[in-house]
Amino acid sequence: MEHIVIIGNGIAGITAARHIRKLSDKKITIISAETDHFFSRTALMYVYMGHMKWRDIEPYEGWFWEKNRLELKKAYVEGVDTKTKTLHFKEGGSINYDKLIIATGSVTNTFGWEGLELNGVQGLVSKQDLENLEKNAPNNKVCPRAVIIGGGLIGVEMAEMLRSRKIAVTMLIRENYFWANALPNSDAKMISHHIISHGVDLRRNSELSKIIGDDEGNVRAVITKHGEEIPCNVVGIATGVKPNISFLKNSTIETDKGILVNRRLQTNIEDIFAIGDCAQQREPIGLRPPVEAVWYTGRMMGEALAQTICGKTYEYNPGNWFNSAKFFDIEYQTYGWVFSEERKKDNEAQFHWKCKSKLRCITISYDKNTGKFLGINTFGIRMKQEVFDRWLNEKRDVDYVIQNLKEANFDPEFYRRYEKEILEEYSKIIEKV
Amino acid sequence: MSTVQRNMSLTGEPPKTINTQQKIASFIGLLGLMILFLAFFNVNFPNKGLWLTASLTAIAGGTIWFSIAAYSQKHAGIKNDGVYFKSLTSKGFWAWILGISLTLFYVLLYWFPQYLGFAQDGNNTGIVALFDPFSQILNGGPASQWFVYGTLYTLAILAFGVKFIMKYRHNKYEKLRTYSVMFFQLGFAFLIPELMQRLNSETFSLPYYDLKNIWPLNYYNFEQYRVDDFISSGDVGIGLLIFGVASILIITPILTYKYGKRWYCSWVCGCGGLAETAGDPFRHLSDKTQVAWKVERWVVHSVLVFVVLMTTAVVHSYLGDDSSKYWLTKDTFLISVAVFLSIVFAGVWIFKREELQKDARIGSIAYFVIIIALVALHFVTGKKLFLFDAETLRSSYGFIIGAVFSGVIGVGFYPLLGNRVWCRFGCPMAAILGFQQRLFSKFRITVNGGQCISCGNCSTYCEMGIDVRAYAQKGENIVRSSCVGCGICAAVCPRGVLKLENGPLENRISSNEVLLGNDLDLMNYVNQK
Repeated sequence: MEHIVIIGNGIAGITAARHIRKLSDKKITIISAETDHFFSRTALMYVYMGHMKWRDIEPYEGWFWEKNRLELKKAYVEGVDTKTKTLHFKEGGSINYDKLIIATGSVTNTFGWEGLELNGVQGLVSKQDLENLEKNAPNNKVCPRAVIIGGGLIGVEMAEMLRSRKIAVTMLIRENYFWANALPNSDAKMISHHIISHGVDLRRNSELSKIIGDDEGNVRAVITKHGEEIPCNVVGIATGVKPNISFLKNSTIETDKGILVNRRLQTNIEDIFAIGDCAQQREPIGLRPPVEAVWYTGRMMGEALAQTICGKTYEYNPGNWFNSAKFFDIEYQTYGWVFSEERKKDNEAQFHWKCKSKLRCITISYDKNTGKFLGINTFGIRMKQEVFDRWLNEKRDVDYVIQNLKEANFDPEFYRRYEKEILEEYSKIIEKV
Repeated sequence: MSTVQRNMSLTGEPPKTINTQQKIASFIGLLGLMILFLAFFNVNFPNKGLWLTASLTAIAGGTIWFSIAAYSQKHAGIKNDGVYFKSLTSKGFWAWILGISLTLFYVLLYWFPQYLGFAQDGNNTGIVALFDPFSQILNGGPASQWFVYGTLYTLAILAFGVKFIMKYRHNKYEKLRTYSVMFFQLGFAFLIPELMQRLNSETFSLPYYDLKNIWPLNYYNFEQYRVDDFISSGDVGIGLLIFGVASILIITPILTYKYGKRWYCSWVCGCGGLAETAGDPFRHLSDKTQVAWKVERWVVHSVLVFVVLMTTAVVHSYLGDDSSKYWLTKDTFLISVAVFLSIVFAGVWIFKREELQKDARIGSIAYFVIIIALVALHFVTGKKLFLFDAETLRSSYGFIIGAVFSGVIGVGFYPLLGNRVWCRFGCPMAAILGFQQRLFSKFRITVNGGQCISCGNCSTYCEMGIDVRAYAQKGENIVRSSCVGCGICAAVCPRGVLKLENGPLENRISSNEVLLGNDLDLMNYVNQK
């Protein structure tokens, strides 16, 4: 029986395992150094906030693994011998594979600042990070103030977590507005406003210079590039993530930022594949970055690879881009491509609508030459993926999308609708042009 | 005792303190409760009307002020911070205290009303006496323990209803639903029956009851004394009797077809009303395991079988044998029941067979065979119908299901087992509506493409213990008989994945192996198989 070994029990690895099991009787072993069972990484924040307990963020009950004959091993892989097809564990011992799937995800990305080794400096990626935050910032007496370095999705999650325990939060962001490297300014501005309204001290255009500690090796303060010293007990690093591939240093598997893979998610070694955050496409797919550290792409790679492993070769060929997040109380969904000012393509024009409440807005991007609909950012209004996916495939133009926006609404029943306001705003702009 | 891990570290507890206003509000509410306690311990208040008003106002006012203080200064949005850190909502010390107190109250209420001061003949004392003036105003007579209970129950739904509305003030579905249960409790469950009672005299005795309390939830609706009263009260009585039968056989199937069982369970029902308001802080305590779901299906459907048998036996016991006196005789009735059950059984097996799970198949066949066999046994051998006296069945049902299950466990165990234990495991009405919802309804919870991140908020906050996430992460619509349509899963979802909807029956259940967003060819290939 062919032995499939998967390193990593995140969404990519587990999706691959589930689908391989559906399609075959192969022996499947899943190795993780982090936890016994798969959990939702995006839900780590809710455990600290007291919305859920650890068991609640595990999507499957204990019996699931045995029933589906998925063998779980808790160990840290420190070496991959591709010649003998052997994995060596840090704890001692080894395991042989016929096919290897590497799905080790990400680790916190840092920029080599002074003081990174101090107690209280941490990211928010792993279960260990969650346990550290519980230890470093249990309440606002032990931790009166935390400084978060960088904005983005992890940064705002950390801010929301800490604010739930009434800990003062200062957030240093390099740009003029929160997440302005990913969002159009108008969207980023509204979200910045909302973050500030939750009591976060959002420092725009500021960057970390170094972290300073006390005599016991604990964080005492940070110093910004402007030279300002901000006292704090926790420093949250939210300057992105990078592929977790340090254990492959001495292997023959080719890596760059991540593990280099072709469209079949295969590495330079025939029977070794990489999926999820740790994989890097040799050639970027469409407008997607070569390393995609997103829940959904991890899952999609797992879905595609399972077919290949089981004999029906499928390339990783994702459909229209989509993503989602929540910034404190404001939900965000995006379908297709809406770029920030700095990344905007030459042909991209954008239509913005903002609700007076400053809790909702949408940005629709379209081709300024042809009027073709390119994508939408929606904040505070839920919209249907299925509808936008169809419109993008049908290459609808922006007029059509705005006029039929009602069809895409996914807000709960009885919610106030904004399609008319949006259409009016759009008509005004069209008249001007 | 408690299995909840409240804190991951040893260094300290996260802040979960209440603000000054909340402290004052709690104090006022407790003062109101104190008056009731003193009355319970037989402090004889001089001016009862005034003291009762003071007490109820303080309780309601305290609760409402507490809620306003808790939520009004915060942004509108999901308010679940610290739910698992608070003793009361994480099966800690205060949860046990509350659970035990509520349970003791129900025990007194059902079996020892004399300790609450209720006097069958003569003057009430204690807490019941405190409610006498209010009872006089409404129905013209002294209070009973049930009047006390009804008043406090209504007060709880109204005061905690305000709290719930404050908590979900960004969500219009939740607000409307709560206004609705508050209205039905105050009007239909509380005021109308009291005023109906006023209409009665020595010559006119119409059963006064909560008109929306439908059989089988109202399991005694067709007992002899009530049916006699209905018939003897002329057109109004006959009208109510017909309404009672039509409610379960015609009205509820139509409404459930159109809107799902939520129209009743989370918009109208009094049990649901209390669960959704006072019980809301405990919704996450429902058991989500697959084992619990299996137990639920057997238990709730067994209660349904029990109530059908019991009611059939009771009605059978008082009908006559002579068809020339009245068309509905014992035999006609029994045969009608058997025919009706056979039609439902056959219909489901012919049209909905693929949708029945293995245990549903076993259960439906077993129960159907047993019921029909018992009816046949009665006709052939003349043995007692269903082997027991109708009265034995009736009193056992009343004790085990009516009192112990729905009251003591149903509400008393809110802080330990969650707020919908009765609705989920015990309510025969929920079983019927659930059966209709699962097989013949436009209602479903729609899943938004591939946007689920498996976070678990939906499952955690499902009071019915449905593992919503298990469906959402497969892109599969949620069509479950137990879903009461409270809408909280959709509210707490951080990614806008869930929506309660009434839609066409085609593709109501749509399971996908590969989710939207991936390669179209791959989706078509895998999902067609």
